[in-house]
Amino acid sequence: MSAILTEKPKEKESFGKTQRKDLWWFEPLVYAVGFGAFIFYATWAAFQGKHYEYGPYLSPFYSPLIVVDWWKFSPAFLILWIPAGFRMTCYYYRKAYYRSYFMDPPACGVSEGCKKYTGETAFPLIFQNLHRYFLLGASVLLCFLWGDVIKAFNFNGHFGVGVGSLVLLANTFLLTMYSLTCHSFRHLIGGFKDSFKCGYQYNLYEKISCGNKHHMFWAWVSLFMVGFADLYVRLCSMGIWTDVRLI
Amino acid sequence: MPAECTIKKESMDAGHDLPGEGHKARIATFKVFRGDKNTGSEVEYKVPVEEGMVVLDAIHYIQRNISPDLAVRWNCKAAKCGSCSAEVNGKPRLMCKTRLDDFSSGEEIKVYPMKSFPVIKDLACDVSWNFEVNKKITPFTPKENTSWIMNQRDIDRVQEFRKCIECFACQNVCHVIRDHDLKPKFAGPRFFVRVAGLEMHPLDGADRLEALKNDMGIGFCNITKCCTEVCPEDIHITDNAIIPLKERVVDRYFDPVKIILRKLFVKR
Repeated sequence: MSAILTEKPKEKESFGKTQRKDLWWFEPLVYAVGFGAFIFYATWAAFQGKHYEYGPYLSPFYSPLIVVDWWKFSPAFLILWIPAGFRMTCYYYRKAYYRSYFMDPPACGVSEGCKKYTGETAFPLIFQNLHRYFLLGASVLLCFLWGDVIKAFNFNGHFGVGVGSLVLLANTFLLTMYSLTCHSFRHLIGGFKDSFKCGYQYNLYEKISCGNKHHMFWAWVSLFMVGFADLYVRLCSMGIWTDVRLI
Repeated sequence: MPAECTIKKESMDAGHDLPGEGHKARIATFKVFRGDKNTGSEVEYKVPVEEGMVVLDAIHYIQRNISPDLAVRWNCKAAKCGSCSAEVNGKPRLMCKTRLDDFSSGEEIKVYPMKSFPVIKDLACDVSWNFEVNKKITPFTPKENTSWIMNQRDIDRVQEFRKCIECFACQNVCHVIRDHDLKPKFAGPRFFVRVAGLEMHPLDGADRLEALKNDMGIGFCNITKCCTEVCPEDIHITDNAIIPLKERVVDRYFDPVKIILRKLFVKR
């Protein structure tokens, strides 16, 4: 060819058009159902404003518990915007919900149909760039959650272990792993550097990078565990479940 | 549909290389795009399958026995030259790395040219836009008085990006190019990989962040990871190249604390 071919303007294809023969719609559907179920439950639980404590246990949706006179709504709303923002701006969840809810694209090689696209260059999605600040906020909340875990092993001044203690421990561990494997954390630990003068920093960066490969796993298991932890405390508080003391 | 059938030489329009009469062989049905940038149609071919065969073998069979004028670009047949990219059943793939035994028996196999680039003829596309984008990237520029000594730990990240064979499967599948056709504003994943390799290089002193944000349009990428899914070299394009670059762009342009600190303490 002697010259670059001139391209004719692309004809916009209808939504969902593809030659793919596999079940390309299954993955986004699973994400949509899983994520949607959690959002539905978390919103409902946050609106309740009660049954968030049982014995030494505090629901992670309400931690740290802030009860002030001027706030007339559920105390969960003073907290939940931080983890919600952290997850909404998370690089993994962005992939999941862009595919499942925005259909942008619904799957690889599947047509989106005709629509205007600005990506993350314009309002509101340009605010995805503030993910690191939500990471900071989520890290502060994690400190409180670890404090709650310590309290969950303290039954009236004595060490004890209930199923709820283990549930809160597992929940906080999974949330910590989700935060530690975050792409922004990886960047802050060493991704911003071109050269690692310090071998320790490089080793830490490598470990974070290794965990980052499984960020999707930590994202999903921590999501469902935090929902389950709230459910556990709620059902114990309502008297539907009985917390079994192991020690 | 039965996977096996009896091939009679005279019944095939391309009989000469087919097994003899009465020989049992699996026949694969290929539907291949034939045409150019203006017009085209899907043509069906029947190809006998041999063990270990890949889609490119089938295309070569068609070229040799049925349609000598079928245009296809290829070179190494070893997944290293990146020439034989196409869409096989709607997925961007290297034809030389797509085995026929990956398809279920009796499944029709559609082979189309890359959708994001203009077709020259049949399966050959004009990918020259990519080379034009490449020319605009500031090449490796060593820092002043560099010692040229590097630690392996500083090079590990960059070496992954050097695996790229420029098959442009990532460019083809990226919805910003494929669906939204934002080619003038958006460079595409292949070139984010190249820029990542340069920006993270311990001896490079050039600054490409402004170009990344403004000219290469990294903000258009919404990290849906299709580029990573189709990469035949298994480069983690999104996690290791695009997201780290996005974070560097955030450092420079979107992080309010860093912007204020830079204004206060960094001398121009």
